[in-house]
Amino acid sequence: MRSVRRATVAAALLLAGLFGIAAAQESVPPPKQEWSFGGVFGTYDLAAAQRGFQIYSEVCSNCHSMRLMYYRDLSGIGLNEAQIKAVAASVQVPVGLNDQGEPVNGPGTPASRFKSPFPNDLAARAANNGALPPDLSLIVNAREGGADYVYGILTGYQDPPENFKLQEGMNYNEYFPGHQIAMPRPLQDGQVEFAGGAPNATADEAHDVVTFLAWTSNPELVERKQMGIRAVLFLTLMTGLTYAVKRKIWAEVH
Amino acid sequence: MAGLYKSDYENPVIRWIDTRLPIFSLMQKEYGTFPTPRNFNYFWNFGALALVTLVIMMATGIFLAMNYSPNTGLAFDSVQRIMRDVNYGWLLRYTHQNGASMFFMVVYIHIFRGFYYGSYKYPRELLWMIGVVILLLMMATAFMGYVLPWGQMSYWGATVITNLFSAIPVIGQTVVTWLWGGFSVDNPTLNRFFSLHYLLPFVLFGVVFLHVVALHITGSNNPLGIEVKTPQDTLPFHPYYTIKDSVGLCVFLIVFAVFVFFVPHTLGDPNNFIPANPLQTPADIVPEWYFLPFYAILRSVPNKLGGVTLMFASILVLFVLPWLDTSPVRSARFRPLYRPFIFVLVLSLFALGAVGAHKPEGLWVVLGRVCTAYYFLHFLVILPVLGVLERPLPLPESISRPVLGPPGGGGPMPAGAAAKPMEKS
Repeated sequence: MRSVRRATVAAALLLAGLFGIAAAQESVPPPKQEWSFGGVFGTYDLAAAQRGFQIYSEVCSNCHSMRLMYYRDLSGIGLNEAQIKAVAASVQVPVGLNDQGEPVNGPGTPASRFKSPFPNDLAARAANNGALPPDLSLIVNAREGGADYVYGILTGYQDPPENFKLQEGMNYNEYFPGHQIAMPRPLQDGQVEFAGGAPNATADEAHDVVTFLAWTSNPELVERKQMGIRAVLFLTLMTGLTYAVKRKIWAEVH
Repeated sequence: MAGLYKSDYENPVIRWIDTRLPIFSLMQKEYGTFPTPRNFNYFWNFGALALVTLVIMMATGIFLAMNYSPNTGLAFDSVQRIMRDVNYGWLLRYTHQNGASMFFMVVYIHIFRGFYYGSYKYPRELLWMIGVVILLLMMATAFMGYVLPWGQMSYWGATVITNLFSAIPVIGQTVVTWLWGGFSVDNPTLNRFFSLHYLLPFVLFGVVFLHVVALHITGSNNPLGIEVKTPQDTLPFHPYYTIKDSVGLCVFLIVFAVFVFFVPHTLGDPNNFIPANPLQTPADIVPEWYFLPFYAILRSVPNKLGGVTLMFASILVLFVLPWLDTSPVRSARFRPLYRPFIFVLVLSLFALGAVGAHKPEGLWVVLGRVCTAYYFLHFLVILPVLGVLERPLPLPESISRPVLGPPGGGGPMPAGAAAKPMEKS
């Protein structure tokens, strides 16, 4: 048995070493943040998510689409039916054909998808110096580092170090791979005014909008974790019971 | 008279059926009274766990298929619709997605059990070979399933892996075009992968049935690796092993649940949350963790055909393992030289996994080659030679002796078996 343990320890050390080497080669990891939705008991801070939706609407949605989201989904961050209808009605979306068979636009409904800023990718590139602003529906899941990474990007704008050659129209960002990002700094101190007077420094805004984006990426998270706690508790109880029965059944043969 | 089966059942309904179709007698014989070695440890849970996982995968998969659209324009969004709008769709999908990882984890431990206790040796060679067929079918199914969500890694993984067949001399490119159903991975590829991904698990289930039939002919191996000699060496499968498997199943389900409910993305790749884009190659194309060691073997050879050959050979060599291992002793407990080597093999497979996850540069290339070399050396050279050189420890007389006999008596006892009665007191 001792040789097994020694081999396991040796393997663990070797593997830790290997991953250490790997980590050193990659770009700057964004610092870890405290998130309301982190951990086993995490839930979304709905006030932050609602402020985040305001930031998305006022800032991000000028360039970034969110095509997997419907206005009805906003009930997930605590908006009531009237609020959702009002939000949806504030945009014009295609609502079908008129009597002459021509496509017509009308106010959105809760069943409408979030309105995209551009009709297609080509139009988006044309308006953004050739770069395509990625769809944000799943952005927190779609990036290594998740919420911390997105927060890092939003707060990581700096002056480039000396000797760093920044290409025309690009911006320096500490946490973007290669440090050259086409997106100009999106959030400034005090840029978005919140109704309740919540703090709105860049870091606060970034924190709120990332909470919102984490929710759009994983709207099932709260339900999932709460079900998970019950499932694990139940299974632990079952393990104990089953093990007790096993001991009883096996008692006579040992 | 027309032959009715002689049934022992009293209940008239069961008896009526059982005399005509003796499934009750069969189940009683194979899963009730089936004589099973009395000394299994918890490694012997993993076959049952694998079967349960297969059933979970098929059950969740059938419901996912009801809501999935195998079309390049719809696949990604239909998976997200399952995640967001289908009732408990996220649960079905996370269970299925993480279930694939759980399946490989369980099966890899099951295979390690076979390595360590020599379960592949006479008379269980065919049982082992059927197991290797199961592994190959699992790999094909998992690969095609990974393509279905049509994310970036789905698309590029499919491109890389199907392109491996272009290494076949002369007909390679034709074969690849035939596999794709076109000139690149596209809608026909997605359609056939969906169809086959639905079909293969049923084939797999059939082969698992053969695996179990073969097992019930030879009987199970056991930690001592010696054959059952007397009825004293065995216990009926039920209730002794049904309850022991249940304990293992509960613990396994806890691990499964932790992945599904708390860290469902840990084993996946963030790139697969980006819809497939044939015009943009991701920085790294990495397979799922369970393929990483084989991916590392593939890349350890600078020649494409050589790499592909070696990768397939790394699985195919398992088919002849029963004849490569020349030692008559099964369990590593009694093989002082084989025992360290099996841990070196496991270590090299873990290292190959790490190699597969990284760009083939610098140290990783060297490590990949060393471990690949060891992998084949282990099977092709070390195992045949060990059987000749090694002096195995004396084997216990029977399974029941070291378990029932007084400590210190009844011949040499393996450390593990001797420790057990003491833990109980």
